[in-house]
Amino acid sequence: MTKEKGANIHRRDFLKSGAALASVTLASGVTLMAMGQGVAAGANPNVRWGLLIDANKCPSDCSACISACSNEHGWEDNGLPTDPQWIRKITLKDKNTGHENTLPLMCQHCEKPPCVDVCPTGASFKRADGIVLVDRHICIGCRYCMMACPFKARSFVHEKVKGQKTSSPRGKGTVEGCNMCVHKLDKGEGTTACVTACSATGNNAMIFGDLNDPSSDISLALTNYPSVELRDDLRLNLGVRYLNI
Amino acid sequence: MERIKYSELRSTPKLWSLLAILVGFVGAAALTVLYIEHHGHIVTGMNNQIVWGLPHVFAIFLIVAASGALNVSSIGSVFGKQAYKPTARLSSLLAMALLMGGLAVLVLDLGRVDRLIIAMVKYNFKSIFAWNILLYTGFLVIVAIYLYAQMARGVHSFALKAAGITAFLWRLALTTGTGSIFGWLVARQGYDAAIMAPMFIAMSFSFGLAMFMLVMIGTCTMTNRRYAVELRTRQARLLGLFVAVVLYFTAVQHLSNLYVAEHNGFERFILLEGGIYTWLFWLGQVFFGGIVPLTLLFHPKLDVKKGLVVLAALLVVLGGLVQLYVIIIAGQAYPLEIFPGYDVSSSFSDGVINQYSPSYLELILGLGGVALALAITIIGMKILRILPVNLSDDNVDITQV
Amino acid sequence: MSVLMFAQLAISIWDLGAKMKKLLILVLMIFAFFSTAVLAQSLFPNIPKATGNEHPQGNEFMRINHMDMLRHERDMTMREGIRDVDNSLAQCISCHVVKGTDSKPVTIESEEHFCRVCHDFAAVKLDCFSCHNSVPEEGLKTSFKHPDANGSLNAVMAYLEETAK
Repeated sequence: MTKEKGANIHRRDFLKSGAALASVTLASGVTLMAMGQGVAAGANPNVRWGLLIDANKCPSDCSACISACSNEHGWEDNGLPTDPQWIRKITLKDKNTGHENTLPLMCQHCEKPPCVDVCPTGASFKRADGIVLVDRHICIGCRYCMMACPFKARSFVHEKVKGQKTSSPRGKGTVEGCNMCVHKLDKGEGTTACVTACSATGNNAMIFGDLNDPSSDISLALTNYPSVELRDDLRLNLGVRYLNI
Repeated sequence: MERIKYSELRSTPKLWSLLAILVGFVGAAALTVLYIEHHGHIVTGMNNQIVWGLPHVFAIFLIVAASGALNVSSIGSVFGKQAYKPTARLSSLLAMALLMGGLAVLVLDLGRVDRLIIAMVKYNFKSIFAWNILLYTGFLVIVAIYLYAQMARGVHSFALKAAGITAFLWRLALTTGTGSIFGWLVARQGYDAAIMAPMFIAMSFSFGLAMFMLVMIGTCTMTNRRYAVELRTRQARLLGLFVAVVLYFTAVQHLSNLYVAEHNGFERFILLEGGIYTWLFWLGQVFFGGIVPLTLLFHPKLDVKKGLVVLAALLVVLGGLVQLYVIIIAGQAYPLEIFPGYDVSSSFSDGVINQYSPSYLELILGLGGVALALAITIIGMKILRILPVNLSDDNVDITQV
Repeated sequence: MSVLMFAQLAISIWDLGAKMKKLLILVLMIFAFFSTAVLAQSLFPNIPKATGNEHPQGNEFMRINHMDMLRHERDMTMREGIRDVDNSLAQCISCHVVKGTDSKPVTIESEEHFCRVCHDFAAVKLDCFSCHNSVPEEGLKTSFKHPDANGSLNAVMAYLEETAK
């Protein structure tokens, strides 16, 4: 449908001759559509993005993932009940044994998301590659998805936003939540801000990858270690799984 | 026994001053909407934990009462009780007015009110909320047709009955949909119950009839029109029956929850340890909203004591608001059980009871909705022949009641 | 006194024949049309020049169709994740940046913002920037595709350079 399909012969001929040069200088994951050939980038239905988080490797005093997400997307949590929280650290204490643990919690990107079911306009939707997003162009701010989410993953923007990040538009009156850094994924960076930050601290508590690819790091880890889903009684088939909780 | 005659309300200073007060409330609500829309919801008491607050309590109350207010008409045309027919026109008008008031509050509390058109053209049909939007607008159309059938001359009785049955079935679907908004939320301990749909139906019977009686008695008193005592008493006893049914459903809901170990935490919260919510439940909802009206409405001398009827209806209305407050707010105040078996804490109010203190803005918005509904009713009665003139005891055939 | 004169004028107009009345209305309409046109000319917005090359489709086309183009491609980006669209909002902003007195780009709050200059004139409310950033962000590549990559050698070489960074 885009202009590329009708690219004129002149360009194609030139580019075929310069194809060698082009293939060397192109960044990885960049769509070849501009060259009049290749697959469209973006949501690939064969991919299912997921996260694996090891609660044992998550220290209680570290919040690198939260700072990274805040910086990447331009939100700030100053402790007010109206402040947004795309990702948060939870401290768990077993009622019976007293064992303590911490882990980050964000939108679990369910395969059967309750928030998508209840959205009256269809603004809350699941992309072909499994990422659950809010289309803030048609979000009317009814907050029903916030009522429906079992993980309190979504936040409502309570006041006017200024100085938004270009890659992460957000505004008053709409609902937002973790979007697995779609802007990075679509550019082919293959990872999220929180995971990058966690690796940088050396804790390596978070792995990101394609759940449908049996050779990816995350799939190998899931095969080798017993992981759990939160609220698995709801049978939502989450994209985020945890170890050691 | 004369034929029942209907006429418009006469313009009296009392009527105009009442209308002026109501319009004042509506105006104040409009100003709060502009204020909230401009500054964002930060100026209200709602936050990321309690996302639906006082405006939703009022809105859902008005919507539920709207479908119940239609009952009086339905009893007349669907169930053939002739004595209820004179009050059927007011019942239809009140149903539309209450729904419009409730919808007004609901849509004016949206984060993006300017996107209402999107909500009306883009539908996700998996969402009960989307279905509700269609049910609400359809209700207005159907009840308008029903009212026309009730008022127009030469309407075949079959057509009237068809309209009445359609309206009755539609409002059952509407109230089921409204209850399912909460009942289908699997995520929260306080919802996730199929019983919410029939419980809302029972609530609609109760609140709707209470609102109807208040409006009927109020208007008749203000305009010096007769309200047949036998009819009024019968309707009051019917209200008593509906209040009992609501108490029954409430009891079944909580008893069922108590039996399920998973929901015990929530039940403990509501019934025992919830502070304000426990008080509201036992004192507001059960005692003043249920038991007291029940005893009043089954008083043997109810026919001479109009005051008791008014008091009982008022208590039912207030008790209904409290019941919805407990359902909507307490259901959100109780934390989500993401990690069963663990004590949870975080920077986003996990594992703690969520706090909510409603702001005055929300109260004004909610009251504005009620005022809008009453204003529409009065204006409707002023320009259309809604209210019967000679509804005295002689003209009501009590054997048909 | 003037009320009386006005009344007399009104009556005399009323007494005119049908043909004269029609002629009078036509003259008044022509006068109104041209006067608004003249007024419009003097109030026509002073559109700031963009920093990049001209749109290949021409400015008039963009003025009429930019909303449809943005809306169509926002759905492609939003729902399908296709980001190398012809016209991304970020790209528009990077070209149509207006520097203020402190030589920093002005945000949508200022009347001098590119979009506001026309939208204020046409009295059409802008909703985009309640969520989107209205100034170019430092160090951000706005698009994979150069705006006039329709075959020229320079355009393609510029594209390759940009993506190689």
